[in-house]
Amino acid sequence: MMKVIIIDDEPLARSIVKEYLQTHTDLELVAECNDGFEGIKTIQQLQPDLIFLDIQMPKINGFEMLELIENPPAVIFTTAFDEFAIKAFESNAVDYLLKPFSKERFDKAILKYQPHQSTEPLQNVMETAAQSVLQQNRVVVKDGSRIRIIPVNQIHYLEAADDYVKIVTAEGTFLKKRTMNFFEQSLIAYHFARVHRSYIVNTQLITRIEAYEKDSHLVLLNTGAKLPVSKSGYAKLKETLGI
Amino acid sequence: MANSILSDKRLRIFFTAWWLVWILLQYIILKQTNVDNIHAISDSIISNVLLATCGFFISNNMKYYLPRKEKYWYILVVSLTVSFLWMLAQQGCMWLFLKEGDPYIDVIHQSWGIRFGAGFLLISSMSMFSLLWYSQQEQREQDSRKTETERLSKEAELFKLRQQLQPHFLFNSLNSISALTGSNPEKARHMIHQLSDFLRGTLKKDEQQWNTLEEELQYLQLYLEIEKVRFGHRLQTEIVYNENMLRFKLPVLLLQPVVENAIKFGLYDTTDEVLIRIEATEEHRNLKIVVKNPYDPETSQPMKGTGFGLSSIKRRLFLLFARHDLLFTNKDNKYFITTILIPQIV
Repeated sequence: MMKVIIIDDEPLARSIVKEYLQTHTDLELVAECNDGFEGIKTIQQLQPDLIFLDIQMPKINGFEMLELIENPPAVIFTTAFDEFAIKAFESNAVDYLLKPFSKERFDKAILKYQPHQSTEPLQNVMETAAQSVLQQNRVVVKDGSRIRIIPVNQIHYLEAADDYVKIVTAEGTFLKKRTMNFFEQSLIAYHFARVHRSYIVNTQLITRIEAYEKDSHLVLLNTGAKLPVSKSGYAKLKETLGI
Repeated sequence: MANSILSDKRLRIFFTAWWLVWILLQYIILKQTNVDNIHAISDSIISNVLLATCGFFISNNMKYYLPRKEKYWYILVVSLTVSFLWMLAQQGCMWLFLKEGDPYIDVIHQSWGIRFGAGFLLISSMSMFSLLWYSQQEQREQDSRKTETERLSKEAELFKLRQQLQPHFLFNSLNSISALTGSNPEKARHMIHQLSDFLRGTLKKDEQQWNTLEEELQYLQLYLEIEKVRFGHRLQTEIVYNENMLRFKLPVLLLQPVVENAIKFGLYDTTDEVLIRIEATEEHRNLKIVVKNPYDPETSQPMKGTGFGLSSIKRRLFLLFARHDLLFTNKDNKYFITTILIPQIV
């Protein structure tokens, strides 16, 4: 028996999945959730095998929710219309259902999930999902048991920390399991520059750039932070600042 | 193609009078130099009729070819040439008209200088007049084409802005209906009707630009009922207005997208129940609409400008009223407030 959870903020959207599930006797619906917060809690408690996940939901969307779960279960996305998501799903092996969907289409999606599968395609979808999250110009992090939504413009800088990236804001420092390269690429549209192998800085906060030893510089932020700038980082910084 | 000068009745009368004056003038001048009646009359008539004909040809020619570059040189050369031809034609005609040996033939020959001068003066002024007249006509046509194009593109833009139907809304509504067909077919049918009425409203061609508040509120109600089916008890709405406000006018389909924006903002920014408040009041004889939705200042995404939903409304208001200050937003700790002023110009 596989455990199933539905996460969708619209009651009728949940009810149709519930109805379609009735003919699948090997699947047991163990919970229904209204939003992402509830979703995270319930997934951690009940450890389902499969979830049906809407993308547009209150507070945090489906992608953001997935990002915050350690070992996410298999996911079938149910969404109405999301150009970006559709593109992401089509390139990956994960299934998605476009609302409104038929019973036949639903059954097909379930069939795909019957065999126990590797989580590799999910990794792919996570990458694209994360990109979509950044399209919303915010980053979602876990702060102990709390979930924090950090608007991109409130980030001072990012610092590499082994497998994690430290996100430094006025309210403190948060860790996120992502690569520096990932942030460098996705934050470039928001006036961030990778000034150093280990630092990405919000260029809008820069008050001064100082020369420091040979071939290297320092940037000063209006928050008081001082960060090293490498030679190649200085070139990128100049490009971002348009000088 | 431009109209010919003579298509204007007032100008036809004017030209007739003008040439009669010239005939009379030439007759008087000839009389003063002791020319007898028969010669004076025939000379005046023949000269001026020929001149008028030349003028007509020049002006008609400009109807098909309007010189652009070098237009003043064109007038000079054409006027000189035509004047010369006119003089030859005039002498030819007089020669045909008069008996051989008539001493008046010599008078005509001897007065070629003054005749050429007068002919050149008249022909060049006629050319100038035609040139100005046709240029002006052309300009006017260009202007009207331009204003027409501008009007069309403005209308197209307004239509497009009005029609921005959110695909999310449509597909989610269809999904709700799909769910209801199993559990509550009667309600599903009802929702299909509401959705159809709503869609018909958005597809309505721009027969009219304005609606009364009453009509807009009815349309809004349709939308809200659909949304309430989708979101269930999470969505609460409150609409406040005064009976006598119902006659006030506002642009078609303006209210619904504003409320849609508020609902989206409200519903996706909190997990609690959401109350959307819509209030219509009168302010300085303008219609003032205030839409209030709750939001969470801590986690709310930093909105770029006023957000897409509202920026298209702003654009519409600008196209209609040429004012940028008709839509503004502000927020306090709990509520995001959108205010719209609609000038009552009709």
